[in-house]
Amino acid sequence: MTDFLKKERSFVVPGEEIVKSIQYLPGKNCFREGDSIYAKRLGIVSISGRVVSVIPLNIPYMPKVGDMVIARVSDIQFNGWILDINSPYTAFLPLSGVREYIDLTKTDISKIYNVNDFIYTKISLVSQSDVVYASMQDVKCKKLRGGRIFKINPAKIPRLIGKQGSMINLIKRKTDCRILIGQNGVIWISGDRIDDVIKAINLIEKEPYAEGLTDRISELLDEVKK
Amino acid sequence: MKRIDGRKSDELRPIRAEVGVIPNANGSALFALGNTIAVAAVYGPRLMHPKHLQESDRAFLRTIYSLIPFSTKERNRPGPSRRSIEICKVTREALEPAVILEEYPKTAIDVFIDIVQADAGTRTAGINAASMALADAGIPMRDLVAAVASGKIENEYVIDLAGKEEEVTACDMPVAYMPNRKLVTLMQMDGDISVKDAKKILDLSIKGCMKIYEKQKEALKKKWMVRI
Repeated sequence: MTDFLKKERSFVVPGEEIVKSIQYLPGKNCFREGDSIYAKRLGIVSISGRVVSVIPLNIPYMPKVGDMVIARVSDIQFNGWILDINSPYTAFLPLSGVREYIDLTKTDISKIYNVNDFIYTKISLVSQSDVVYASMQDVKCKKLRGGRIFKINPAKIPRLIGKQGSMINLIKRKTDCRILIGQNGVIWISGDRIDDVIKAINLIEKEPYAEGLTDRISELLDEVKK
Repeated sequence: MKRIDGRKSDELRPIRAEVGVIPNANGSALFALGNTIAVAAVYGPRLMHPKHLQESDRAFLRTIYSLIPFSTKERNRPGPSRRSIEICKVTREALEPAVILEEYPKTAIDVFIDIVQADAGTRTAGINAASMALADAGIPMRDLVAAVASGKIENEYVIDLAGKEEEVTACDMPVAYMPNRKLVTLMQMDGDISVKDAKKILDLSIKGCMKIYEKQKEALKKKWMVRI
């Protein structure tokens, strides 16, 4: 059995050696050089079987096919919209990605989505050369009207959602707010208690792995209600 | 020999390292060596503009170094100067081997370094701050980069020259080093010195870089560990 220089769940910075053995394979956010496996990003070591990986604590959002994201329309072209998806790359929403049929000779497409509109959309294609396509061909997709837009670290989105949506459903139930979460770290909130929701989300972002977090969120939301 | 500020010849000035000082940026850090204070902010990876500078197989690392007007005794005129353009270039070349640019093709990673207070060794303080800021931004890296400047005063090799010492030294050699990879990514030299002396100074700098590296790790851990 080889000794790990860094134990499971320990903190690593980029370039730190995790294990010196060719028995293990470098997983996500790791790389091999010579006999050793090194961390590529700042994060927590995770070991499953023979695969060594690092769970990042901060990471730019990279689009994946099937992700639901909240995007801002940043430009309009003759055949579609350019979307800012809070990622290194912009996405393109072609006219064919919109549910209704559009006759370009009769319609001004800025009437459908204008610049600076926010939309809840699905990533439909990510090409090898990082060209990203979005689509509105899904029942969940829609244009967002009213409410407030709010950004958090994309690496914390899974914690905010919780196991089978337990955390987000708790917040929704306690505050009666409508909340949409984009995988890209953008959140849309609409309702009367927006500030309370933001308080709760900030707490989750700050201490994502604290013990009894669900109870604390529940308490926090009950407290401000009074 | 006692140095002007009473340090030993291989002793660094007091170090202050903080991460996350600029919440608006994707990653940021402050690094102070004695009276020299550098702040770095990282934005991106984001779309490269102007587009003709975009590279199809890797990201473009843009570093901008500047002394802010009140950082020196004489007011420093803002804007790029001959000196700051050179430092931008050497800083970029010191950081490039550490950053895995191939992961984000067609994008730009912007690193802005500002010197809040200058008292010798500003480029090395800038590199230290920038490498912490890059790690904080979640950008993939092969290693962190630590840097320090050393020289020779009256037949003695001294590390981390302070402002007054820089005026009397026979040579001033800033060195940037990747501690795990054991690679020197920056080495410049002013003055006149023998090869033997240069080697000694390089060894001394590398030892100093290891101490700085520990501080950098500590600062990154301090910001992110409280959140676990």
